[in-house]
Amino acid sequence: MEADAAKLIGAGIACIGMGGAGVGVGIIFGNYLVGALRNPSAAPAQFTNALIGAALAEGLGIFSLVIALLLLFT
Amino acid sequence: MTDPLHQFEIHVIAPLFSIFGVQFNFTNAALFMLVIVAIICALLYAAFANPELVPSRLQSVGEVWYEFVHNMVRQVMGEDGMKFFPLVFSIFSFVLVANMLGMFPYFFTVTSHVIITAALAVFVILLVITVGIMRHGLGWFRLFAPHGVPIAILPFISAIEVISFLSRPVSLGLRLFGNMLAGHIVLKVFAGFVVSLSALGITGIFGAIFPLGMAVGLTALEFLVAFLQAFVFAILTCVYLNDALHPGH
Repeated sequence: MEADAAKLIGAGIACIGMGGAGVGVGIIFGNYLVGALRNPSAAPAQFTNALIGAALAEGLGIFSLVIALLLLFT
Repeated sequence: MTDPLHQFEIHVIAPLFSIFGVQFNFTNAALFMLVIVAIICALLYAAFANPELVPSRLQSVGEVWYEFVHNMVRQVMGEDGMKFFPLVFSIFSFVLVANMLGMFPYFFTVTSHVIITAALAVFVILLVITVGIMRHGLGWFRLFAPHGVPIAILPFISAIEVISFLSRPVSLGLRLFGNMLAGHIVLKVFAGFVVSLSALGITGIFGAIFPLGMAVGLTALEFLVAFLQAFVFAILTCVYLNDALHPGH
């Protein structure tokens, strides 16, 4: 029973890592927007790069979600 | 009924055969994958069955779909990457239709299962390694030793490059899986709030408006995520294949 409780607590702690992914995605899109407002004509060409960066940052947050799911369901 | 993971259960529709004690079944996941392929084929066939100079609505949808992937492949990989266009188009269409089909209530989301996304991601990475070695021979491994790095720190940089290359299939598969799984769980949890609040009587029914509005907003967000994840999967496939074609950059 205590092992189960520790697993649940661990799953909750693992989800804190998702916050880091949120910060990362926010920084990427925020800086993209800053750059886009300074030089709007260059913005469309870089939108794809912004999306790739956001996807890469988000993927690391997904790892912590997967750890939480592994703790809950194994 | 309120279990948010109930929607991801795999049911056996028809047992097929067993080889060496491993049972092969026709499941709802297999059924939905066949439906996805049928939808893609039917849509594209209907769009381009009678092509006209001034496109009809369906034909222009097909043209936008085709040109979107075409431009993406050309931008990322250049002219000699165009031979991978059919592959990228297939992957993009499969993931996009799978994500969109999963948005229907009571439908099964194929891409919310890690085995399917991992199979796609491992296939892409094995293809990258195969194409890289076929194109450049052992010189392809220069990918792990970037230009202009001092010889003293080259071993560390190479180790980091190898680790980052090996984590690509993991992150490529898990990103799609995690996004679809998390999105559908969140939708189900907010729908559960509506049900359990409205069981409380008249105040609960008025209170249930807020989670209902949230669920509507999240549904819109999920449509965006469904498209964005298909796009991200396809463009990362292009980026990784570009490493196989032009390892120097």
